[in-house]
Amino acid sequence: MLWRAPLLIWQILFFVVPLFFLVYLSFWVVKNYRMTPALDPVNWIKMLSRDYFWSAYGLTLTMATVAALLVSLLAFPAAYTLAFKVSARVRQLAVFVLIIPFFTSYLVRIYAWQTLLAENGVINAFFSLLNLGPFTMLNTPIGTMVGYIALTLPLVVILQTISLANIDRSLVEAAHNLGCGKLRTILTVIIPLAKNGIIIGMVFCFILSFGDFVSPYYLGGSKPPTLSILIIDTTKAGQQWPKAAVVAITMIVTLFIVAIAAVAAAYKRPGTR
Amino acid sequence: MNKTDKSDSYNNNRRKILKAGAAAGAAVFAPYIRTAKAAPVEINILSWYGLGEPDMVAEFEEANNVKFKPKYYAGGDNMLAALAQSPPGTFDLIHTDAEYARILIERGDLVDALDPADYPFDDMLHEDFTKFPGHWKDGKLYSVICRYGHLGVSYNTDALTQAEAMSYNAFWSPKLAGKVGHFDWHLPNLGEISLLNGNTSPSPFDIDKAAWDKVKEKTLSLKPQVKGYFDYGGTFASLKNGEILACAGIGDWVTAVVAKDGGKVASVVPDEGGIQWTESYSIVSSSKKKDLVNKYIQYCLSPEGQVKSANMAAYPGFVVTQGGENALIKATPDEAKRSGQMPGLANNPITLINEGKIHYRDTPKQQTLEDWNDFWSEYKNA
Repeated sequence: MLWRAPLLIWQILFFVVPLFFLVYLSFWVVKNYRMTPALDPVNWIKMLSRDYFWSAYGLTLTMATVAALLVSLLAFPAAYTLAFKVSARVRQLAVFVLIIPFFTSYLVRIYAWQTLLAENGVINAFFSLLNLGPFTMLNTPIGTMVGYIALTLPLVVILQTISLANIDRSLVEAAHNLGCGKLRTILTVIIPLAKNGIIIGMVFCFILSFGDFVSPYYLGGSKPPTLSILIIDTTKAGQQWPKAAVVAITMIVTLFIVAIAAVAAAYKRPGTR
Repeated sequence: MNKTDKSDSYNNNRRKILKAGAAAGAAVFAPYIRTAKAAPVEINILSWYGLGEPDMVAEFEEANNVKFKPKYYAGGDNMLAALAQSPPGTFDLIHTDAEYARILIERGDLVDALDPADYPFDDMLHEDFTKFPGHWKDGKLYSVICRYGHLGVSYNTDALTQAEAMSYNAFWSPKLAGKVGHFDWHLPNLGEISLLNGNTSPSPFDIDKAAWDKVKEKTLSLKPQVKGYFDYGGTFASLKNGEILACAGIGDWVTAVVAKDGGKVASVVPDEGGIQWTESYSIVSSSKKKDLVNKYIQYCLSPEGQVKSANMAAYPGFVVTQGGENALIKATPDEAKRSGQMPGLANNPITLINEGKIHYRDTPKQQTLEDWNDFWSEYKNA
């Protein structure tokens, strides 16, 4: 049991205690630009009664959900190829290549995307050769989505690849021997067997996108703002950190619900309700 | 060998050993002793980006054997947060906007009273700078103005002429549909709309409920024109790459840097008036290096310090002293001319102040900062 202690201490010190403090902070009041400890629900009442809060919440939830679905769909063909169509050596090399983007700062990569997505940027320069465009991509929800994909796609491909590579090949071969076509094998054999990895990949994509500040700000132009941008905006209103804590707690609760629901779905035994 | 001989021999040997030991010790530790003696004094400055960069502080560091350790913030609220989260003694010098200097001073225990005789108040370019609102309390000086700038209409010179940019109504121009950017901070943007609505007396920030409602209504009508809301980096990039053709809430402090980088942009103070940002220095009460910090403030207000500030790489600011202006004209005449910091130019910042076209940026007087920010969030979501 003793070997569990460091993990427990770590979690208590760096997760449970800060979380309780965040909850406590959300009940503090701000007077003359100074935060004062209190147990006043005013921040919750004010924040949850604002239309813009719910607009930002709905937008963030929608964008993160779309990103999770889109990235999972985009990742699957690549993961399938790496798991079933290439040698183990090539797969290892590909996984290493997928890790490389994480060697550079996410912010730097997003600035590079600005150059690509701008109206006089690289992508529109290519379209102009075909007498198309210019298309507006930067400072739109499309820009935000591109940022989410750039952030999460390599990770989701890796998670799906690991999951697919661990499938018992004899089951796939049995499906083929019993006359199952390629598409049907994927839908009824491979995907159910790789369900855990696919769902965990979706959850990671959702979590990273839901809390991301950089893409919606620098590629989406903060128009309209997501919850992470709302936190920044709130702190610019005269030390309103308690109100920002309300937004942060709402985000954490949402992520908890999504993560628990996803894990439950991933590890649900077949035939159970 | 008698006792005396033995004693002499022992003393000689001991001296030799001590001498050799001292020489060896000196050889080993001399570099460290030298380093320790020459170690620069660290000055911790809490400031907007750029104020602690080499182009501003290197000369002073070299001359006074000090090393600046900057912590940069973006926005007065972040400055207050950084102070609140740091133990006393963390910072020696605070560089802040005038409206937030007032908040620092009103807290009573954060910054020291200063001696006005230490600074060139008799050489200030404008009388307002000698008694700047919020820098004094109960007749005592707590914060010294060091630089300032004007906010108005910033625009792409290929998209708008200077004459067209001379009104905030330019932001509603069909030529700029979907191409207007906002610097993402409610105070300068809503201050400009307040000016457009004619709220000049006493101040665009001192407006009653009816005027505030009209400011909100007018601001919301701009929404269809808006491309996005940007921080400094985003504003810079968007103006440079043509994503936005005009921007509200900024001025020459951004466009001068974009123009130096090849962008076709400029800023004007429109006919409805402009907003002034004002930056100042305060000495932190818990600092142990107050004399040195004070010497640095004096350096910043010296002609050479003012020239550095006017040409600061991160973002330029106008000089506040006559000596600074004279030195600027001599050192970088092109920059002095471009920014209007020469007598007789139409865009001379002091002339604009004297004409009553400039209003000092402030926190809202009849609403709370929270009210303005709430509306700003509503606007961004509209």
